[in-house]
Amino acid sequence: MTDQARIRNFSIIAHIDHGKSTLADRLLELTGAVTQREMRSQLLDSMDIERERGITIKAQAVRLMHEHKGVVHALNLIDTPGHVDFSYEVSRSLASCEGAVLLVDASQGIEAQTLANAYLAVENGLEIIPVINKIDLPAADPDKVAQEITGILGGSVDEVIRVSAKTGEGIDLLLDAIVERLPAPEGLEHGPLRALVFDSYYDTYRGVVSYLRVIDGHLDKGDQVHFMATKLDEGADEVGYLTPAVEPVPRLSTGEVGYLITGVKDIDLIRVGDTVTSSADGAVDALPGYQEPKPMVYSGLFPTDGDDFERLRDALDKLRLNDASLVFQPESSRALGFGFRCGFLGLLHMEIVRERLEREYDLDLVATAPSVEYRAIVQGGEEVTVRSPQDLPDPGQTVRIEEPYVKVMIITPSEYVGTVMELVQSKRGEMGEMTYLTPERVELHYRLPLSEIVFDFFDQLKSRTKGYASMDYEPDNYRASNLVKVDILLNGLSVDAFSSIVHRDRSYGYGKAMVSRLRELIPRQLFDVPIQAAVGGRIISRETVKAKRKDVIAKCYGGDISRKRKLLEKQKAGKRRMKMVGQVEVPQEAFVAALRIDE
Amino acid sequence: MESFELHAPDSAALADAARHWRAAYVHIPFCARRCPYCDFAVVTPDEQVGPHRRYVDALVSEIGMEPHWQPLDALFIGGGTPSQLEPDQLALVIAALAERFGFAAHHEVTMEANPEDWDAETADGFLAAGVNRVSFGVQSFDATVLASLGRLHNAEQAVDAVHVAKAAGFDSVNIDLIYGAVGETVASWRATVERGLATEPDHVSMYSLTVEPGTALSRAVGAGAPAPDEDDLADKYELGSEMMDRAGLVRYEVSNFARPGATVRYNMTAWAQGEYLAFGLGAHGHREQVRRRNVRRLSAYLDMVESGNRPQAGADRIGGWSREVERVFLGIRRAAGVEAGSAGAQLLAGADGQRLVGAGILSDDWGRLRVLRPLLTDEVSRAVLSLSP
Ligand SMILES: Nc1nc2c(ncn2[C@@H]2O[C@H](COP(=O)(O)OP(=O)(O)O)[C@@H](O)[C@H]2O)c(=O)[nH]1
Ligand SMILES: C[S@@+](CC[C@H](N)C(=O)[O-])C[C@H]1O[C@@H](n2cnc3c(N)ncnc32)[C@H](O)[C@@H]1O
Ligand code: SF4
Ligand SMILES: [Mg+2]
Repeated sequence: MTDQARIRNFSIIAHIDHGKSTLADRLLELTGAVTQREMRSQLLDSMDIERERGITIKAQAVRLMHEHKGVVHALNLIDTPGHVDFSYEVSRSLASCEGAVLLVDASQGIEAQTLANAYLAVENGLEIIPVINKIDLPAADPDKVAQEITGILGGSVDEVIRVSAKTGEGIDLLLDAIVERLPAPEGLEHGPLRALVFDSYYDTYRGVVSYLRVIDGHLDKGDQVHFMATKLDEGADEVGYLTPAVEPVPRLSTGEVGYLITGVKDIDLIRVGDTVTSSADGAVDALPGYQEPKPMVYSGLFPTDGDDFERLRDALDKLRLNDASLVFQPESSRALGFGFRCGFLGLLHMEIVRERLEREYDLDLVATAPSVEYRAIVQGGEEVTVRSPQDLPDPGQTVRIEEPYVKVMIITPSEYVGTVMELVQSKRGEMGEMTYLTPERVELHYRLPLSEIVFDFFDQLKSRTKGYASMDYEPDNYRASNLVKVDILLNGLSVDAFSSIVHRDRSYGYGKAMVSRLRELIPRQLFDVPIQAAVGGRIISRETVKAKRKDVIAKCYGGDISRKRKLLEKQKAGKRRMKMVGQVEVPQEAFVAALRIDE
Repeated sequence: MESFELHAPDSAALADAARHWRAAYVHIPFCARRCPYCDFAVVTPDEQVGPHRRYVDALVSEIGMEPHWQPLDALFIGGGTPSQLEPDQLALVIAALAERFGFAAHHEVTMEANPEDWDAETADGFLAAGVNRVSFGVQSFDATVLASLGRLHNAEQAVDAVHVAKAAGFDSVNIDLIYGAVGETVASWRATVERGLATEPDHVSMYSLTVEPGTALSRAVGAGAPAPDEDDLADKYELGSEMMDRAGLVRYEVSNFARPGATVRYNMTAWAQGEYLAFGLGAHGHREQVRRRNVRRLSAYLDMVESGNRPQAGADRIGGWSREVERVFLGIRRAAGVEAGSAGAQLLAGADGQRLVGAGILSDDWGRLRVLRPLLTDEVSRAVLSLSP
């Protein structure tokens, strides 16, 4: 156990690529949590995909021992994810900390998401240490960035610490600042146990491992504990620290961060945000929890080979053990057979899940066009949840359809304000406040339909501002909208997997774009394939994929028989990734075509 | 070997007899420069290792390493550009083959030649060396198209080359044509075929421009240059075939047309899954159920042969079911079609085969499979390759 006065719990808030993982590596190295030899770059990003894409998906924690003025302190670093899709995880991490390191790239300045998270930290009463990273870069302008930060968050420029996570310069100052400037936890040492579960994951051998922060009291190995939200009583089989290797200890005391293993094997029973107390004489009031992560987009996932349905179900079950934000329920499609309608935090999350399913579980999948969650109000006032165009009630019965809106914050260099406004207007956005952070940088606020931002908004924002703008968003309310269902017919047959809900003003443009996109994506077949878009039975657009005319290798002589055979084998393999829709072979990419429609 | 003069080019008897012929291929890699669309094993002057004579000597040594065989019915000297060699250099190679294997009575010896290398003197020289059939890389008679294909000759040189060859007394003259290049209109293609037919060739090979990976053409297309268009290629193929037919040249393979008696025995052997020896850079052979290939780098080829080793890069045994499937996928390219056999029977019994028959692409006449729409041959080939025993 550690005296509370010698504990500091903190997170690092940073925009993607501003160097959080690198800084974490340096901190681990400098505090000796890992020896140089063990040092794998970016140690905290453990999943393969995370390493490949360079993003942090799951919050993780590590305990660092740092000697300050002769006293050894335990510094618990709680990692947070860096992509908009995963911002809900940030709030959990912040609730487990007393302080945060706000890390900003010296050549980039502060970004929207970082600012949103910094505001969140301030609201939660966290102490913030502003840190400027990458001072070794020739393009670094730490003075300007320091002014920007203090201009927004107050404080003096001298309090901003300057480091290079790459070279290690300034890291010692940062460690000292963490001890000196962040408050120690002040929990009730003798009060009943209250510990906050801020993350959990499933381990094949150990079952569910919960990460928690002890707020009051202490948690001993062998205690009977009570999960207050799920009303579950379990024995604490093991508790310990993450150093980052697991290190079992007899007790987690007040203010400490660590892990808990019980006999629980079902991840649904351990809810992130739940409070753990003792079964006997436990606490009465739970800690303020957080909201369940709420899926923002839904998409159907179908195995290309119908026989793989059960394997897909197993794979989703397994993935969910590690990703409580993933939700799914069985769905059937006339075109695609049996699959699952899945809810995701955003498109990146959707892509990651799909990639993991294909890679780790060896599945071939078709994903349908993503949709947000609409509400249809039918006669009699009943409300129907619509997560797929197929859920839409009969138009004759529908009083109105409502769609979710979000509040968006964008930070951009001022020269791009016009461009950003144009983009937002084309996405049915409403302008809100506009604040100049510095003469060169502007913070803009908007309200937009969620459906307009989940697809390509972020990419467009990035490309139109040469990568300089950043954004963050949070759910707003639902509003009535003039929405219609656009059906797509292939060879005369309506293909449910292609239909989509869009604003009426957009239906013609959408139908036309979808049809011409599909015409490009669907290869020529042995017969003409008409592709049509229809709204309520009325055809609004039509194109034809003309029958194939030439499919033959021109030259096949003695010299190239083996080579031509290989070429044909390769083409054949490509065909296997096609899905038969009626008589038509449709490549899997076609099913996500809606994603890339650029009206 | 009996003479097949009486058989039509697309006769089934002729196509099937070719299975038993003995053929050989010799590769001459030298070219004045590399054409942007070409992915053959080619050596340009700046890549050359030693004089041509060194390569010729290596060929002769390599021929001596091949186990003895029966006399050859057909020899094909391809390239690269065989006409880059002196006639007496080629004579050494042909003589080496004659000495080691001998030639059958009515044997065919083809060489490829580029029009700009050809005149009466060289024609006589190659004839004397033992060549009796010549294939010219004409490609087009349109100056714009020739330029876009990066060719070094002009239309007049091509016409002259054919006339000179005929006058010199070659048994058979072929022209290669390419359709679908950037800048080629349908009218230009029609004019090319007309001018080609006006030279009265015995044989025409008509290829759609193919974007082969790794070529300059493929890089250009990757960078956004227009790729050959499927409909344009189909239109030109149909037009070309019709004109050949009217001129009395019969289509006997997807891209090959011949007057009766002028089919290429070497190619017929390959399509019938027959055996052929192979010598030279990047050459491929087929003997005793093994398909083998030579190294493609000139320095490696010379080093290996000069140190007494076969310049082999790899070999695959094609036997059992794989061989049966290959037989059908090769044979199906011919107008004469192929004996269905066990793979063909299985194809016809399955859904793919029925779909192809239903779509009018494949026919089954008493156990003989034929492709009725040659432009869709690969639909059938892939279906055949998908079969399992
Ligand atoms: N020059 C320089 N590069 C850095 C520094 N810190 C991080 N980087 C680089 O910035 C990129 C993003 O860093 P990373 O730690 O993955 O950022 P994260 O997305 O915030 O976790 C990587 O290429 C790092 O090597 C630094 O102090 N100086
Ligand atoms: C071995 S090549 C070369 C013969 C000779 N060197 C020449 O270029 O005329 C034989 C023929 O293949 C054809 N050919 C080569 N590359 C081709 C391609 N990429 N697409 C279509 N035909 C091609 C040309 O018609 C060429 O005449
Ligand atoms: S097409 Fe003929 S001349 Fe051109 S590089 Fe190829 S082999 Fe040589
Ligand atoms: Mg990272």
